[in-house]
Amino acid sequence: MIPLQPPRRLIDVEIDGEVVRVPEGSTILDACRTAGKDIPTLCHGDTLTPKNACRVCVVEVEGSRTLVPSCSRKAETGMKVATSGERSTSSRKVVLELLASSVDLSTTPRAKEWMAEYGADPARFGEEAARVEQPVKVDNELYVRDYNKCILCYKCVDACGDQWQNTFAIAVAGRGFDSTISTEFDAPLTDSACVYCGNCVEVCPTGALSFKSEFDMRAEGTWDESRQSQTTTICSYCGVGCNLTLHVQDNRIVKVTSPHDNPVTHGNLCVKGRFGYGYV
Amino acid sequence: MDIRLRGVEPADEERAAVDALLGPPASAWEGGARTEADLRFATRAEPARDLLLPALHAVQDRVGWISEGALDYICRRLTVPPAEAYGVASFYSLLSLEPRTPRVLHVCTDLACAANGSAGVRQRVEAELGPPGTTWVDSPCLGLCDRAPACLALTAGERPSWEIDAPEVTPVPQRGQAGLTLLRRVGTVDPSSLDDYRATGGYAALRRAFELGPAGVIREVTDAGLVGRGGAAFPTGRKWAATASQPDHPHYLVCNADESEPGTFKDRVVMEGDPYALIEAMTIAAYATGCAKGYLYIRGEYPLATARLSHAIATARTRGLLGDDILGQGFRFDIEIRRGAGAYICGEETAIFNSIEGYRGEPRTKPPFPVEKGLFGKPTVVNNVETLVNVLPILERGPEAYRAAEPKLFCVSGNVARPGVYELPFGATLRELLDLAQPTGDVRAVLMGGAAGSFVTDLDITLTFEGTRAAGTTLGSGVVMVLDESVDLKGILLRIAEFFRDESCGQCVPCRVGTVRQEEALHRLSKRVTSDDLVLLREVGQTMRDASICGLGQTAWNAVESAIDRLGVFK
Repeated sequence: MIPLQPPRRLIDVEIDGEVVRVPEGSTILDACRTAGKDIPTLCHGDTLTPKNACRVCVVEVEGSRTLVPSCSRKAETGMKVATSGERSTSSRKVVLELLASSVDLSTTPRAKEWMAEYGADPARFGEEAARVEQPVKVDNELYVRDYNKCILCYKCVDACGDQWQNTFAIAVAGRGFDSTISTEFDAPLTDSACVYCGNCVEVCPTGALSFKSEFDMRAEGTWDESRQSQTTTICSYCGVGCNLTLHVQDNRIVKVTSPHDNPVTHGNLCVKGRFGYGYV
Repeated sequence: MDIRLRGVEPADEERAAVDALLGPPASAWEGGARTEADLRFATRAEPARDLLLPALHAVQDRVGWISEGALDYICRRLTVPPAEAYGVASFYSLLSLEPRTPRVLHVCTDLACAANGSAGVRQRVEAELGPPGTTWVDSPCLGLCDRAPACLALTAGERPSWEIDAPEVTPVPQRGQAGLTLLRRVGTVDPSSLDDYRATGGYAALRRAFELGPAGVIREVTDAGLVGRGGAAFPTGRKWAATASQPDHPHYLVCNADESEPGTFKDRVVMEGDPYALIEAMTIAAYATGCAKGYLYIRGEYPLATARLSHAIATARTRGLLGDDILGQGFRFDIEIRRGAGAYICGEETAIFNSIEGYRGEPRTKPPFPVEKGLFGKPTVVNNVETLVNVLPILERGPEAYRAAEPKLFCVSGNVARPGVYELPFGATLRELLDLAQPTGDVRAVLMGGAAGSFVTDLDITLTFEGTRAAGTTLGSGVVMVLDESVDLKGILLRIAEFFRDESCGQCVPCRVGTVRQEEALHRLSKRVTSDDLVLLREVGQTMRDASICGLGQTAWNAVESAIDRLGVFK
């Protein structure tokens, strides 16, 4: 089902010399994707307001002194965008190096591919390069927080806060390189405002937040996505009728996600839909 | 908002500190004693998120640190989620979430103090008080560069106090000289007396503004060619005109007095020496741009400037120079002081909004620009202190006469005999300025524009925005820090890198990680120079410049680059 939108004016934007037509209000990233360009993104979330914190999607816009984050800047009529100039590819390379040298990107989809594409070599900062080092937080039975994998994209904070859940259990604390996602006074989740909706896990782009089921299976070495099937169904708990996508491996549900393009729930669930599958 | 609190009770002292700021709680829902009525009706608290930082200050000032109970009580009073309040409190370096002694000594280890022996001060303090943390802390630039090496002691209590431990100097070496414009009252007129201010020409500019009308004021400021003195040099008249023409209301005025660029102290000297001038200038700016409310954001390390301005604002209010009917002209305007809490980034023009609104002082994405969506999402004009006080001579003398001798303030520090704030007309050379300040040794390099600026060796640079740009440097905030042969340049570079690492807000990757990698590379280079590390520095530097969200990251590599290219530090 695709909800009807009011008609929008179309504008022309020039991407790498090619004119593309996009609805007014689209971002440069939307225009680039319309033009068939593959721009890497990490902190961009399809259901959230762009925070443009990771700076991996930067492009050159004619007339702009600095590079421009394509995920958040609105396309304007006549804008001339270059997606793969020397400045933007060099910046993307260094940003990937900075991230990979400070956090663990091993469970970040496509990270390895982009690193190869841009020739990123995180090892050149040396063995002594400071890394984010925090013990993995396993303080409840439902999901795990491993901030060694966190790129501080703010998506979990936005999903927990006023963009979706309005629970405000977590926020960014500290400053600079020492910033981290935290509850108040770093209290365990069980003492926080967390309602275990798992919507933060849904939007996490790096696997820093993962379902306990997935975390345990990865630790055992039994997590195998090639053996998993995905079935989208409807949650049986209440009358809202949220879509659930059940990830099944060896005839067991291993995690539950929700389609982001659902016009009502946008990938959000509550604790029952997300975790209440034990009875199946 | 439905928030979950931790249920930790505050100490009586903490509760009293918060209640002194916010008034007693209206009901049990806000943290008061429970009554029969509370159980029958839930009340809706008015959101007051913007009072979060003042409330945190209140506890910090009274107790010296912020406990779990105190934070919980603040959250209950202001309806702020504890996780967010914790995120805000942990953002600022002057707020402590760990127990500290009531008296904490802040020892400046930044550039000007490092060039004047702060290492020795630090050693003495450590010998006397032990390792840093609870009784004393290393501090970024305290804005006391004319008095380097400097320390600031802040004492918490029912009546919080402060004292400066630093050599005494005259902040304005040109004091009393004829021909001064911006500094003419500093050091010669009693800063607490409104009568003295008016007797020396005060409030003539505001009267002239009322004659001209708002559009007339903007025209004069535009004709005078005034550009922002905070570092970016944006035309002030254009900014005002753009704000004034916004249909959305209310409009806000923010005076940026969060002067934290290492080596900068001009705004402090102006605020301490001539507070009414700033109030008059803010009133004119508000009149021109249609603002009824102005925020004066003073950095937390400036207690004397804060005290003098609080007094001046209260006096101006009782005399009808602020309030509902200023000078009987039917114009309504008032100023609220907000104190920073130790964050360089809050001097960024959009981070200052987040800080005032009670959020972490992280810069916002532009566009939208402040003139369109600024403080509380409304059209906002943000100006630096020096920019604003320049409006007074423009209106007093007219734009032509002002342009003929446009004054500029310079903060001269480092290895000079007469450090301080100097006023020179645009067009003077660096050499003329140094002749006044008298370098104590052979000048090896001059750092222009502070940590975000660059080193120069050519003393014949013309001190104008164009002249410095042509010489590949910047006037920035007017910092002129003189370094002679006695100074360890590598040490200065390391300190600059450490400064940016500490002060990065952490929002975007190029700055958050790039500043760390820059510092690590400089540590390696100061031991052994390799071409790999120089290439690495350049690539990381260029990425910070190109891809960071705000000016902090974009300029974090400037000084290091200029030291490598112009001074040959790592040859």
